[in-house]
Amino acid sequence: MSGAPVPIAFRLNGRAVAVTSAPMRRLSELLRDDLGLTGTKVGCDAGDCGACTVRLDGRQVAACLVPAGQLEGTSVETVEGLARPDGGPSALQAAFLDHGAAQCGICTPGMLMAASDLLATAAEADDATIRDGLGGVLCRCTGYRAIVEAVAAVRDGSGPTPGAAASGKVVGARVRKVDGLPRVLGAARFGADEVPLDALAVRAIRSPHPRARFTIGDLEPLRTRHPGLVRVLTAADVPGENRYGIYETGKDQPALADGEVRYRGEAVAALVGEPAAIAAIDDVEVPIEWSPLPPLTTIDDAVAPAAPRLHAEAPGNVLVRGRLAMGNPDEAIRTSAVTAAVEIETTALEHAYIEPEAGWARRVPGHSGDRLELAVSTQSPYMDRDEVARILGIRPDQVRIIPTACGGGFGGKLDLGVHPLIALAAWHTGRPVRATWTRPESMAASTKRHPARIRISGGATADGRLTGVRTHGEFDTGAHASWGPTVANRVPVHATGPYEWQAVLATTAAIHTNNPPSGAFRGFGVPQAAIAHEALIDELAERLGADPLELRLRNALRAGSVTASGQVLRASAGLPACLEALRPRWRRLRDEAAAHRAGDERRRRGVGIAAMWYGIGNTALPNPSTIEIGVSRDGRVTLFSGAVDIGQGASTVVAQIAADALGLPLERVEIVSGDTARTADAGKSSASRQTFVSGNAARLAAADLRRQILQLGEVGPDVEIEPAPGRLLLREPGGRAAVIELGELPVVPVTDATADVVLAGRGFFDPETTELDADGQGVPYQTYAFGAQVAAVEVDLELGTTMVRTIVAAHDVGRAINPQGVEGQIHGGIAQGLGMALMEAYVPGRTENLHDYLIPTVGDMPEIECILIEDPDPAGPYGAKGVGEPALIPTAPAILAAIRDATGVRITTLPASPDRVRAAIVAASR
Amino acid sequence: MAAYLRPSALPDALEALASRATGGRGWVVVAGATDHYPARVGRVPDEDVLDVSALGGLRGIIGGATGTAESGWRIGALTTWSDLADADDLPPLFAGLRRAARTIGGLQVQNRATLAGNLCNASPAADGVPNLLALDAAVELASASGVRRVPLGEFIVGNRRTVRRPEELVTGILVPPPLADTTVRSAFEKLGSRAYLVISIAMVAAILEVDREGRIARARLAVGACSEVAERLTALETELRGRRPAEAPAIPRSDHLATLSPIDDVRGSAAYRQDAALVLVRRALEALAG
Repeated sequence: MSGAPVPIAFRLNGRAVAVTSAPMRRLSELLRDDLGLTGTKVGCDAGDCGACTVRLDGRQVAACLVPAGQLEGTSVETVEGLARPDGGPSALQAAFLDHGAAQCGICTPGMLMAASDLLATAAEADDATIRDGLGGVLCRCTGYRAIVEAVAAVRDGSGPTPGAAASGKVVGARVRKVDGLPRVLGAARFGADEVPLDALAVRAIRSPHPRARFTIGDLEPLRTRHPGLVRVLTAADVPGENRYGIYETGKDQPALADGEVRYRGEAVAALVGEPAAIAAIDDVEVPIEWSPLPPLTTIDDAVAPAAPRLHAEAPGNVLVRGRLAMGNPDEAIRTSAVTAAVEIETTALEHAYIEPEAGWARRVPGHSGDRLELAVSTQSPYMDRDEVARILGIRPDQVRIIPTACGGGFGGKLDLGVHPLIALAAWHTGRPVRATWTRPESMAASTKRHPARIRISGGATADGRLTGVRTHGEFDTGAHASWGPTVANRVPVHATGPYEWQAVLATTAAIHTNNPPSGAFRGFGVPQAAIAHEALIDELAERLGADPLELRLRNALRAGSVTASGQVLRASAGLPACLEALRPRWRRLRDEAAAHRAGDERRRRGVGIAAMWYGIGNTALPNPSTIEIGVSRDGRVTLFSGAVDIGQGASTVVAQIAADALGLPLERVEIVSGDTARTADAGKSSASRQTFVSGNAARLAAADLRRQILQLGEVGPDVEIEPAPGRLLLREPGGRAAVIELGELPVVPVTDATADVVLAGRGFFDPETTELDADGQGVPYQTYAFGAQVAAVEVDLELGTTMVRTIVAAHDVGRAINPQGVEGQIHGGIAQGLGMALMEAYVPGRTENLHDYLIPTVGDMPEIECILIEDPDPAGPYGAKGVGEPALIPTAPAILAAIRDATGVRITTLPASPDRVRAAIVAASR
Repeated sequence: MAAYLRPSALPDALEALASRATGGRGWVVVAGATDHYPARVGRVPDEDVLDVSALGGLRGIIGGATGTAESGWRIGALTTWSDLADADDLPPLFAGLRRAARTIGGLQVQNRATLAGNLCNASPAADGVPNLLALDAAVELASASGVRRVPLGEFIVGNRRTVRRPEELVTGILVPPPLADTTVRSAFEKLGSRAYLVISIAMVAAILEVDREGRIARARLAVGACSEVAERLTALETELRGRRPAEAPAIPRSDHLATLSPIDDVRGSAAYRQDAALVLVRRALEALAG
């Protein structure tokens, strides 16, 4: 750090402060580490994401780019200074709550500060000016629509919109997120926020090579040179099994590599010590001798006969194959009136959550062995617990995972992140240990969306019935198994789209390479597959001269359909309703595009459509959730939910469901979320399952509690329950009242041993599925989400740039527990689908930052119309299914179809970047 | 312990630079720091920093509408992109540069980053360079032993390389006045893969000075992100002279851009850049044709 600490006096949130700081310390570090104001978030340390936006002398700046030495005499405002004097949310903060502008909340402080600058300097801002004002802050959750609406509402002085829903009526209401307030106040604690002051830091030393052997030399000189370095961890320091992974058969990822690395970014050693001392050590000081080996960088490399085997258990580098077969597709295709074939290729994609992986761990002495507590940003606390225990060689009950607020996951935080190294470091040193990955480290080390190469061919009858389809998808699963098996098994079910086919053969293979491990990313391979099957449907429509929407509608799966796996869809298959709702918009947008086409030679408009389906929860595997709800002796009602809220709204949804099932207003239900010592296992926040699976568990838990209360109070089913200090008041419609004195009841056990609970309901739900046979036949999921989107684009024919003008999204969600949350998921899914279609591409070693890896900004988002189709699922809580992943799946294929409509070219290698689109246009015109 | 200096007077800064001009540790000069920190993510290098942000008299634009247009303009080295964007009183000569000002990073960066820093950082994709090249800007370099002015085209000599000597500090950017008796128009076209926070795939700055007969007295165009250092299109400029602005968009041909040497990278292929640059040139001239 440059320069001796100097005294600096400035104003912070209206108050004079005097600090002593190294002058080149970043303002973000000064605020967070020295002044304890962790509302300012750090997403990149490079001015690329805007999460750290504060106001410096009134103007928005990135706190990560401001030297402390320049603060003398200035005035700094942070999110902590926005609230009203009484601590309540300001009008702007309230608007963010009311409009659902904060999902995970990690970009929220930066957005609020950018917006407050904007509103102060341009009170009459039009929407374009609002976008300009917010353009420097990235959000990966919301698709920005709600944020712009919230800011516009403050500009217009419009007051809060939603009202409180009546008792028993909160399902279906647009309620504020139950965990929203701390997010807009800057008070929510994310992985890097709540760290003990005396914590050591751990920093991984990572491989610069995609494939290499290595030896680590004598570490003693390094320790001598750096007194603050407490310990250097290597593979030899792993007391348990030095391997982890999602599946029992896929535990192939080392906590610290042991002599061989399989991807660039794999950790080989870890420095543990005082944060400043660790930061000052240059990677090259660590004595590691590398022997690089030729890497397998493509699927073709990996399946070549002479290719080295990257894992002993994966012959031919094939991790797993998937298969679904029904009928004789070759015969069906051969006898079809029209046939078509498409091959597509997608690239690795980065989740780009704005919160990099972060957390801390501490070792806690215990009677039956020491315990280890980890506070981490995660989507999967229970799996984390078991994996950490395996690595440390201790019992799972000796590990406690306390999820912090999660600043975006999208599947990327379903794998272990900082956990192994903070766990090892805390276990060995006995001191609290923290880690926060830098943005480049996060991008290099974390999992990616599987790059895929998919070919598909199929046919249709002359009158537009789909016949046979064959598809094969190869997925680059990278260096380690991670969620590769999930992708390989989920894709065959979905690979032929939400349609009735007469005969199907869908196969997949997940292939190991020396690329980053491909893991879970919103849709588990289905978004890639949808690009292929939707292109096929469009090709068939072209050959038939059929309207693409009508062809889809004609063949859509619907109630009564039998899927290719032999499952009868008994209810809640609302794709026809989605397509019918889209039809008038589809026609209008097509007419508009055609009219525009006549006028502009340089820019062409086009419209595309795509449909999807998505099985909720694990594929043909158990997928249970257990949720508890209790009344404590003092009359408080607490929902103990292990369903981690990663911004998607799980806490709000389960609380709404529980409130209605119990018969209490939402605000009377407190929530404890996802702490493995306090909540039962509600599985992972993955596979769009929390509303359906954990929602059901919450409903059953609350119903169980209500039944007990009714029994105890000897009252009828229509009773109104009113919790009061120390008692429950029960009022029956006829005026009869009863009281349950809680103080007289014995404490009943729940997972949270510290809870003073005297009445407890417990709900368990596991979707009804069957195993699949060798042909993939069976019931892989209990229910499916359906949806379709129409995209209207404008392509600059000379430059190849694509602007998405409009997306209309119709999704069958069964029942929208919180319509605002559902729309937020759709907006956010569309943003990610748009990025996938047009701009995102992860290249190891090349795009490990947020200015080379591009995600959509506020200015890239189209106008969006959401149409919620509510075709209730009898098995869903109040009819609900899921929407998290479904929202993303149709977006990219709809955009690509629109580009095809506009230009006549079909982009089959993603992303449809300007140079690719332009090259395709040039090639087609030759 | 590494050193940090934040002088408030220019002579003190120049003296510090002079003291380290030869041998050993030089100073890392920091102003808005928006390029400094991104090059140091996760690293805390041991380096000595000369923070010039407090130097008096180096922020702001002198000239133009205040009546000294004959002698041109002086953009102080600490002038930020937002200062420029907000300078509504600047003449149309600066329209292209001011448009570029709003495309550099986000507002967070524009509010802090200086024009001089953009030049000193010397990225091939620096959004300020094509415009300032087209403006025939010169860079003012001060040292303890005096001041020299270097045309921008000679100041940047390669990817992240300039002719600034260790003892020198950029103190200003000088923009000469347009030709007398001309009407001036300027434009900037930037091509990127998203709306905000985007590094250019290619960009074009264009300035036309039109005489009383409505003919182009002088055309100045520069292309960025298509070569190691942004380039002026001198052959095209010559060909545009004497033509009417309305004719200009039809004139550019690919051979006018033959000296460019774009590269393949994640943002676009070389062939695409070459192709797109021509489109941008035409569009810039279209924007000035009316």
